[in-house]
Amino acid sequence: MTSAAKQITRQQVEDFLFHEAALLDEWRLSEWLDLFTKTCGYYVPPTDVPEGDHHTSLFLIADDRERLESRVGQLMGRFVHAEHPRSRTRRLISNVRIREPSGDTLRVTSNFIVYRIRLEVTDAYVGRYEHTLVHRDGGLKIRERRAILDLDALRPQGKISILL
Amino acid sequence: MADTMDSRRLSELVIDDRERGLFRVHRSVFTDPDILARERERIFDRCWIYAGHESEVRKPGDFVTRRVAGRPVIITRGRDGKVRVLLNTCTHRGAMVCREPAGNARVHQCFYHGWSFTPEGKLSGIPGRAAYSEAFDQRELGLREPPGGTSVYRDFIFVNFYPANDVPLEDYLWNAKDYLDLVADQSAGRMEIVSGTQSYTVRANYKLLVENSIDGYHAMTTHKRYFDWLVDANAMDRMETEFLRDADESRRFSPRALGNGHSVPGRAVASWGRPMAHWIPYFGKERESHFKEMYRNAVERLGQERAHQVCMCSGNLQIFPNLLINDIMSTNIRTYYPVEPGCVEVSSWCLGPEEEEPEERALRLDNFVSFLGPGGFASPDDIEVVEVCQRGYETVGEVNYSDVSRGMKRSSLSERDELQIRAFWRQWSRLMNAEEPVSIHDRPGL
Repeated sequence: MTSAAKQITRQQVEDFLFHEAALLDEWRLSEWLDLFTKTCGYYVPPTDVPEGDHHTSLFLIADDRERLESRVGQLMGRFVHAEHPRSRTRRLISNVRIREPSGDTLRVTSNFIVYRIRLEVTDAYVGRYEHTLVHRDGGLKIRERRAILDLDALRPQGKISILL
Repeated sequence: MADTMDSRRLSELVIDDRERGLFRVHRSVFTDPDILARERERIFDRCWIYAGHESEVRKPGDFVTRRVAGRPVIITRGRDGKVRVLLNTCTHRGAMVCREPAGNARVHQCFYHGWSFTPEGKLSGIPGRAAYSEAFDQRELGLREPPGGTSVYRDFIFVNFYPANDVPLEDYLWNAKDYLDLVADQSAGRMEIVSGTQSYTVRANYKLLVENSIDGYHAMTTHKRYFDWLVDANAMDRMETEFLRDADESRRFSPRALGNGHSVPGRAVASWGRPMAHWIPYFGKERESHFKEMYRNAVERLGQERAHQVCMCSGNLQIFPNLLINDIMSTNIRTYYPVEPGCVEVSSWCLGPEEEEPEERALRLDNFVSFLGPGGFASPDDIEVVEVCQRGYETVGEVNYSDVSRGMKRSSLSERDELQIRAFWRQWSRLMNAEEPVSIHDRPGL
């Protein structure tokens, strides 16, 4: 197989990431979930072990596909009190780089600031994304998505009740 | 100022009417800066405060830095093998001598003028030593330790900042020791803090988090989504959640006051699995035999009754004033320190047996993050609820009191009754009310 991933341009990847961000900011979460492959992972490592492994370090979030589906279902339901009423979020994504295209897979890093605005409080989450994307059926899908915070601690943010 | 608070007002902060079965807490205790100043003096500067765990500094020279009761400290293991908690301030001009979160060092050097200190806290180097007079005594200028002492119980390190402290840690812990033993006995060797800290701030008074952490009444309302998820994931029987909602409350958990303000909502077999030998189908059929083997080993080591308590049972432990140990689907150590009346810093760790197999360790962590912490399926809603309580207290001038009376006149209590919360408030009130400070040990000699 020729390396499909090597044909992907940064502009295509940026379009994909910007689309993903828009789905999240617009709370179109089931459409967002459709961006993932059948087996996938969504991770937020602890702020003191940003390069850690969730099997050996205590993460903030470590979702497999099932857990992520449940998280989305909960957020769209009525009982996530921390998101009722819902937050407004605005995410800025930049410095997009394609790191390791190989076969149908490419690793993409980008920088983010996610603002969460709710009940007159504004919190900012700063960090970088590491996406592992696969090229499938003419489009891109997310196999793994890691939101690595640059914060020393979740102070003052306190919680990650939104999808980061 | 705290010391000018009139005593009539103080005595009305906690109303404990055992005769009529009413218990009320004045909401100003969550909002008033003078109350916080008095809490620092009467509670945080007098009680034994959890600082860390021996496993965090295994080798000589290992250190971690953090804030404990608002002070920057270095927890180090000396070359003599002893763990010390050193106040992280240079005895020369005051700069923090160590700014790394963790590591190993033969010496901690202050970068201001180059004074250096050993892992035992001794002042070992002063550039230009000869310039000082004969009266200058280098031996007196080591890094200071908490004046009331540092003491370790089963690897849990506590410090005391009261210079005249005369209460040994074990007396202070009183019956809470039994529950710390149940946690420590998970390991045939020693327990260890797992890598990764959840550090976060909650915009609420720390006492709201204490209450919430041992409140059994809120589980099925605040955490409905977590229990729904457990059922959906086949990690819990639906019958069991219906039981939790409706059935006879006195079946299993019975709350206890443990002395000196410590308490438990109870300890019993819970519906979730525990990586310490309580297998449920969610963990996978392939792991069942290993869990049975772990349980057999625990029975051999601890006996039938105790193995059941250690492996199968869950329970939260509240150690006055700011340590919570959730020994539930995972084991969580959590500390709270108030920055302001409406702001608390939380640090939270996962504890596990050091000999734990990688598969069970991964389960312990997976169980932890499913429920607990800033991104779990439960803690964010706890944080939300205490934050909106704090907002609600802006009406403290009109709506003065909160109610903590549940179960007061009942003979048989469940974890949904609030005895365990009242135990905290009774000690809080005892320490805060007295005109002159009273001993942190409620009944010395008992």
